Amino acid sequence: MKQENEHSMSYSANIWVWAILIVLTFVTVKVAEFDLQNLTVAVALLLASAKATIVAMYFMHLKFESKLFIVMVLFTLLIFGSFILLTFIDYWTR
Amino acid sequence: MSDTATHIVEHHLDEQASKFGMWLFLFTELLLFGGLFLVYSIYRYLNQDDFARGGSELDMYIGAINTVILLTSSLSVAMSITAIQKNNKRMAVILLWITIVLALVFLVNKYFEWSHKYHVGLYPGTETFRTLPAGEGLFFLLYYFMTGLHGVHVIIGAILLGFVIERVLDGKITSENYVFQENGALYWHLVDLIWIYLFPLFYLIH
Repeated sequence: MKQENEHSMSYSANIWVWAILIVLTFVTVKVAEFDLQNLTVAVALLLASAKATIVAMYFMHLKFESKLFIVMVLFTLLIFGSFILLTFIDYWTR
Repeated sequence: MSDTATHIVEHHLDEQASKFGMWLFLFTELLLFGGLFLVYSIYRYLNQDDFARGGSELDMYIGAINTVILLTSSLSVAMSITAIQKNNKRMAVILLWITIVLALVFLVNKYFEWSHKYHVGLYPGTETFRTLPAGEGLFFLLYYFMTGLHGVHVIIGAILLGFVIERVLDGKITSENYVFQENGALYWHLVDLIWIYLFPLFYLIH
């Protein structure tokens, strides 16, 4: 049985994805040099999440898999997000 | 392809189920590190100044170089999938070796980084460490534990890719059936994903 490979990424597509990730890493480092006050963590996490999304969608082929995979990933992130939120609500309301 | 039906009976292969199983495993890894990220975020919230002081002790450039190394290794392992799809086994094996070499370079950088801290006595148990503010001590404990656990994953990932190479050479992984290689690559990308968050959270705070 042949594996589905109509959705394969070409070498050059992979290299483009890598180039974007390198640029985003450079931006991450440069942005950290500025004092963004309260936004520091938010900006760092936003840039990291942009990179993580690109890795997951293209390098990990989520974009080409069945939608079920993305739903499961989002579900896991939702669970993790609620852990973080609930713990912080606990600390904020002490 | 007239004998597709008999093929299915002979080698039953459900590559989607196999990949789904790998993803389920990756979710458990995500929650393993997730628990640590939760501890990190609470302690950082409670000790913001100490965490900033701890972060400025780390060498941002080693962290940035290691980020580029891991992103490049993710590229080479992703390209090895393209190579096997094109039935270019030689290229697939070369790209997988490049990935393993980059993993070793990453670990060598980590070795230099940690041995520097060892020389200045910046590890649990020393007098220097005991006199640190409590929050900075927590920062370094989390730093050692999280980057250490990540380092273990780098080693496991490199070994796993070694098995992938062996299977390509044995002809068990072919352009018709390369799901084992895909799952190995997925694990490697997860190692990269975790580092993408570790880098700004430890090296870029000040």
